[in-house]
Amino acid sequence: MKKLKSAREIPIGTAIEDAGCSREYHTGSWRNFRPIHDKEKCVNCLTCWIYCPDGCVQVKDGKVVEFDLKYCKGCGICAEECPAKGKAITMVPEEKKE
Amino acid sequence: MPRVAAMTGNNAVAESMRQINPDVVAAYPITPQTELSEEFAEFVANGKVDTEYVTVESEHSAMSACIGASAAGSRVLTATSSAGFALMWEMLPIASGTRTPVIMTVVNRAFSAPINIHCSHDDTMGGRDAGWIQLYSENSQEAYDNMIQAVRIGEDMSVRLPVMVAMDGFIISHAVERLELLDDESVKKFIGPYQSVNPLLDTKKPVTYGALALQDYYMESKWQQSAALLNSKAKILEVAAEYKKLTGRSYGLFENYKLDDAEVAIVIINSAAGVAKMVVDELREKGIKAGVLQPRVYRPFPHEEIREALKNIKAIAIMDRTDAFGAGGTPTFTEVTSALYGLTNPPKVINYVYGLGGRDIRVEDIHGVYQRLTEIAKTGKTGKMFEYLGVRK
Ligand code: SF4
Ligand code: SF4
Repeated sequence: MKKLKSAREIPIGTAIEDAGCSREYHTGSWRNFRPIHDKEKCVNCLTCWIYCPDGCVQVKDGKVVEFDLKYCKGCGICAEECPAKGKAITMVPEEKKE
Repeated sequence: MPRVAAMTGNNAVAESMRQINPDVVAAYPITPQTELSEEFAEFVANGKVDTEYVTVESEHSAMSACIGASAAGSRVLTATSSAGFALMWEMLPIASGTRTPVIMTVVNRAFSAPINIHCSHDDTMGGRDAGWIQLYSENSQEAYDNMIQAVRIGEDMSVRLPVMVAMDGFIISHAVERLELLDDESVKKFIGPYQSVNPLLDTKKPVTYGALALQDYYMESKWQQSAALLNSKAKILEVAAEYKKLTGRSYGLFENYKLDDAEVAIVIINSAAGVAKMVVDELREKGIKAGVLQPRVYRPFPHEEIREALKNIKAIAIMDRTDAFGAGGTPTFTEVTSALYGLTNPPKVINYVYGLGGRDIRVEDIHGVYQRLTEIAKTGKTGKMFEYLGVRK
């Protein structure tokens, strides 16, 4: 575990001086539903990429490739917003993900 | 040569704000503060200041805008009263928690209900634990002087905390008094240029304000804030000493009015302390050893210094222009008695709620309190500890 800083070491007012420190916070540990992507149904509109609050939708050459599970908290917003016919994303309980 | 002027408390504070020439003011009008923010808006409209005046839709937004502007890296002032103060409540600990040194005049006014526009100290006393430094002012002169000192105190690198400057609604805010003003250049020199810490507008060094801190860091953040407030006492005195050199007017943590040989004393804040001091002069002529302790710095509360000043007094009345409902003692009563705790032979203490909603505190009322104190000093019998002064029952 990372050593925690003392009150004298942290900036006043709990300001965060390093940009992008949320990268150190792995929200993936919250997840109990996993987004499963169906490449067949996906039209690559990237709506999921726009809506994902944690930037987990990995896109390559304009196409959805995977979800970054280190940060995906399983909120299901991507699945809810996906406009593809029959939905290209399904939220599956973690214990049934296989 | 100081400029001598006849001004209301609101005029005097608006004038101090003009001289401070802040980068940003975000304020919402509320009686009895309205005149103050209107007057400052006029300075802005007439190009007398360089301030960005943010007209907001509520006090909650006013304080939010102040915190944002301060975090952005600017010197920020605002003002409010009563219900406006209450509407800011959520933001007050955010200002102190983010360590943004916003300076706010609070023109004391009673809380509703019933609706009352006159003076009680409900607002600032209610907000005493919001993590702000609190300075109280007896009259326009003190409000003006406190404002200028507040900028230096709050913005100091060892402090970095917001400061409230309180003065009595109507009694001071709307009464014309003679006061001495500094010239603009002296104020500018005294307060110095604004120095920011982690300004949001510094795009080369991006920072985040107001982020989440959970079980791992919240307590460290609060300890840091608590230490800064407690340690600000030294800076407050240092600034006061420097201000005295400039103006000849001395300020401390509280005013010790003839306490050194006093047998009976009243502890009282803001304008009513003036009445009490006048009564003390009358009593002294009759050979009664009376005194007044008038708190100026309420946060951080100077417990040790107050204990030192009051330890030899036989009977003390602690009087507040507010109640702490259900506590059985007003805020200042609780503070002062805790300051006296541990003395082997502590003074007898009684507690009065007086002057709520602007009710006059008359010379006779104060005489009555000293009479009772003299009786207590003689007999050692306190009687009823907590009482509303002059209420019809
Ligand atoms: S929203 Fe649905 S269809 Fe659009 S890219 Fe994402 S998964 Fe594919
Ligand atoms: S479930 Fe939520 S966090 Fe995970 S990829 Fe979808 S939108 Fe992002």
